[in-house]
Amino acid sequence: MRLLHRIFPHPHLTILLTLVWMLLANAPSLNSLVFGLILGIIIPFITQPYWPDRPKLRNWPMIVEYILVVLWDIVIANITVARIILFKRDADRQPNWVCVPLELRTPEAITVLAGTITMTPGTVSSDLSAHGHNLLVHCVDAPDPDAVRDQIKHRYERRLKEIFE
Amino acid sequence: MSFIFEFLIAFFLIVSGIFGFVGSYGMIKLRDPMSRLHAPTKATTLGVGGVLLASIFHSILIEQHLSLHELLITLFLFLTAPITALFIAKWHIHRHELPSDLPDAGKDELWATHAVEQVEDVPDHSKT
Repeated sequence: MRLLHRIFPHPHLTILLTLVWMLLANAPSLNSLVFGLILGIIIPFITQPYWPDRPKLRNWPMIVEYILVVLWDIVIANITVARIILFKRDADRQPNWVCVPLELRTPEAITVLAGTITMTPGTVSSDLSAHGHNLLVHCVDAPDPDAVRDQIKHRYERRLKEIFE
Repeated sequence: MSFIFEFLIAFFLIVSGIFGFVGSYGMIKLRDPMSRLHAPTKATTLGVGGVLLASIFHSILIEQHLSLHELLITLFLFLTAPITALFIAKWHIHRHELPSDLPDAGKDELWATHAVEQVEDVPDHSKT
């Protein structure tokens, strides 16, 4: 078990790198699998000092659920923003800053949340507060900033909390 | 059967063309710089996504071989687009917003961009 941990210090990264390599090669063959595995073993081994306390991912069904929710929201976001651009008069639009208080503490989780916010309906994450307790979000059209904040907290942050913490 | 496949591929190409156009048009139409940021970060995701889906379907249905490296482009796009947007947003806050223009940052008092900036870095806002 210990030896296995020595060889695969970061099993998720190993799987991810192998997969990415096989996709890059774009032909599922033994060659690309073996070379992907070699990269997947060497890269985590070399980069080990750079991630001293990475968070433990748990709750895999939640990760799948999160990805599906985000993908769906991205499609909806595209349509919403396209409608705002095409059909809404610029004077009627109410751009707004929203402050989202964060319950998440792990930097990785906050990064994922900020990225998700940027990709989803009418919101772009713009800044973090000085000590990382709040997230500044810009909305392209938000008559009700509180509703946006509650939606972000309920839809994304709740799920991320279960995944990372 | 081939007709349906071609129809499907053409559909994805048209969708991506429309969204790519709307994203670019938004850059012209929206007035303030922060709102302009919304157009390229979102409307183009589906624009690029549509082309990639069409490409995957074309290789599977017409050329009869599996090609999935388009998924990597999506992955890289999802990794890089939010970071670019964040950089532009931070630039905007640095140059054009005062701490008093932004909502209250709670107990941290300042947003990170303002917290690190020195007095002499901050441009004179009174003229704009």
